[in-house]
Amino acid sequence: MATLNLPADFETYAEARKAGFMRMKELKDNGARVIGVFCSFVPQELILAAGAVSVGLCASSEEPIRAAEADLPRNLCPLIKASYGFALTDTCPYFYFSDLVVGETTCDGKKKMFELMNDIKETYVLQLPSARDEDALDAWEKEIIRFWKKLEDFYGITITEEDVKKAIELKNHERDVMLRFLELGKLDPAPLSGYEMGTRQDALGFNPDMAARCAIIEKRTEEVLKDWEANKKGKPSDRPRILVTGCPNAGVREKIIKAVEELGADVVAFDCCSGTREKIEKVDATLPVTRALAKKYLNINCSVMSPNDARLDYISGMIDDYHVDGVLEIILQACHTYAIEATKVRRLVQAKGLPYLNIETDYSQNDRGQINTRLGAFLETINK
Amino acid sequence: MSAYYIGIDIGSTAAKTVVLSGDAVAEAFTLPTGWSGKETAGTIRRTLEEKGYLTGDHRCTATGYGRVCVDWADRVVTEITCHGKGGWALFGRDCTIIDVGGQDTKVITVAGAQVKDFLMNDKCAAGTGKFIEVMASRLGVSLAEFYALAEQGAPLAISAMCTVFAESEVISHIGAGERREDIAAGIVHSVAGRVARLCERHGITGDVALTGGLCDSRYFIATLSGELGRPVASHPFARYAGALGAAIAAAGKDFAGVREFSL
Repeated sequence: MATLNLPADFETYAEARKAGFMRMKELKDNGARVIGVFCSFVPQELILAAGAVSVGLCASSEEPIRAAEADLPRNLCPLIKASYGFALTDTCPYFYFSDLVVGETTCDGKKKMFELMNDIKETYVLQLPSARDEDALDAWEKEIIRFWKKLEDFYGITITEEDVKKAIELKNHERDVMLRFLELGKLDPAPLSGYEMGTRQDALGFNPDMAARCAIIEKRTEEVLKDWEANKKGKPSDRPRILVTGCPNAGVREKIIKAVEELGADVVAFDCCSGTREKIEKVDATLPVTRALAKKYLNINCSVMSPNDARLDYISGMIDDYHVDGVLEIILQACHTYAIEATKVRRLVQAKGLPYLNIETDYSQNDRGQINTRLGAFLETINK
Repeated sequence: MSAYYIGIDIGSTAAKTVVLSGDAVAEAFTLPTGWSGKETAGTIRRTLEEKGYLTGDHRCTATGYGRVCVDWADRVVTEITCHGKGGWALFGRDCTIIDVGGQDTKVITVAGAQVKDFLMNDKCAAGTGKFIEVMASRLGVSLAEFYALAEQGAPLAISAMCTVFAESEVISHIGAGERREDIAAGIVHSVAGRVARLCERHGITGDVALTGGLCDSRYFIATLSGELGRPVASHPFARYAGALGAAIAAAGKDFAGVREFSL
């Protein structure tokens, strides 16, 4: 096997990034297959069945955006710009060491960006339909089969149905473990901060060992439950309970999630791609495998789907189940699908008699003050 | 002696102070915010001390973007809640309050002195008082002169969405030899149009009332009414709405109708 090199600028990188690179290099030096993904629509089971490690690629920092803007328009979603910028500047260890990158035709910005990304590293794009009828399901199942074949050809391996079935079982178990952690937010008063829920999930995305990921989360879930039973149960809290919905929020977690919690609220629920959204529906083990995968992944309630009323029903249910006092929707600049669907979310939330706040932002820090004022005023409208 | 309830609103341009005694305004004054909110907060404190408001029973709430600079305040409340409370007290009814401030514009739905919902403009100076300030300085006039000019003009189109680009548009107008009156009127129309669009996006409940620094311009109020196609109420004390709301928050009880505005 060829010797793997580190990026030319490696010596200038911060320690955490260096550590990420070294971890990935070790993994690759030991012969691991690595597939880089951006989105929860990519069927993880097939990657797992291919004996590969799936890594979430970097997309949540302002740092590489300036470099990305050399090729991409400024008025574009920061997540797309950051994804591309990290790839371009060799600063994401996971992208750098991925054998193959897998994209999807979720939103227009991403699918066109993937065309450019393909010039940096082979980027395979899954053609996701936007409807949820039988025709769409058939088309999406074909895409799943095409991806299966792609992985076989790419690595020169055979992926058996048994491999996929085993992967389905493992991933379903992981979903249950993560869901149990995220649903701790249903406890009243809140047992842990929303900030912690988010950061822990993110940290796991960079851990290639699924069993280790599950063990970490199960341990933490037990700790939190124990602490809640001993110290919090039965003690009412006057902190408003917030549901966060909308775009992926890792890149704005400090200035929105952390900020609103510092202002006196508890973020208890996340309707977003790193929240419960992808985890509620499991892959149906009784269906033929490709049909089962197609069905599960087509039902993810992302705003790129049209219509997407299931998301509204889910939010409505979450408001009740998590005893939510207010809904905070995060829109990343120029994300048309979430920005438009926000009108429906607002109507739903207000019809349920709850305050709703929509914050449109990017990864920069220059609106911190304004966001704090909005969050503060939002909490002041909640009578608790 | 009854207690004094003090509201301090440190805006981006002006720092407003209101002292309430019961439901009557005992004192109201404005200072320029200057470069240091902390220094301004100190000046306000000395002024209040000299006038004897801090010797007896008193409570103070700070608001505005510089609210954290008032480190001696008992409480900090956002300007959105304060404009809601203050506006509700001034106008005496549930309404939609528009506050055009020095650096941002807010549309606030108020019912029973409580803010029900609000919308704030995105990080951009167009549609705020800052835009008018920048443009007045570009035309080389004071704000008062600017409004007087605008009133006599026929508005020119200023279509750029961004202050920086709008400024170049204004420079083009100057270069083309357009009348200052017409440019000034165009600027006011541009701001009123932006504010009206923000209102329409938010939705209007009840009457519309204007608070904040731009209340002082009759011409702005008339233009905004025209853009919205409905009357816009204001009040001689409306530039103090945020500080008044903060004083009411300090008092801890809401009331509609504040006495003695003529100071």
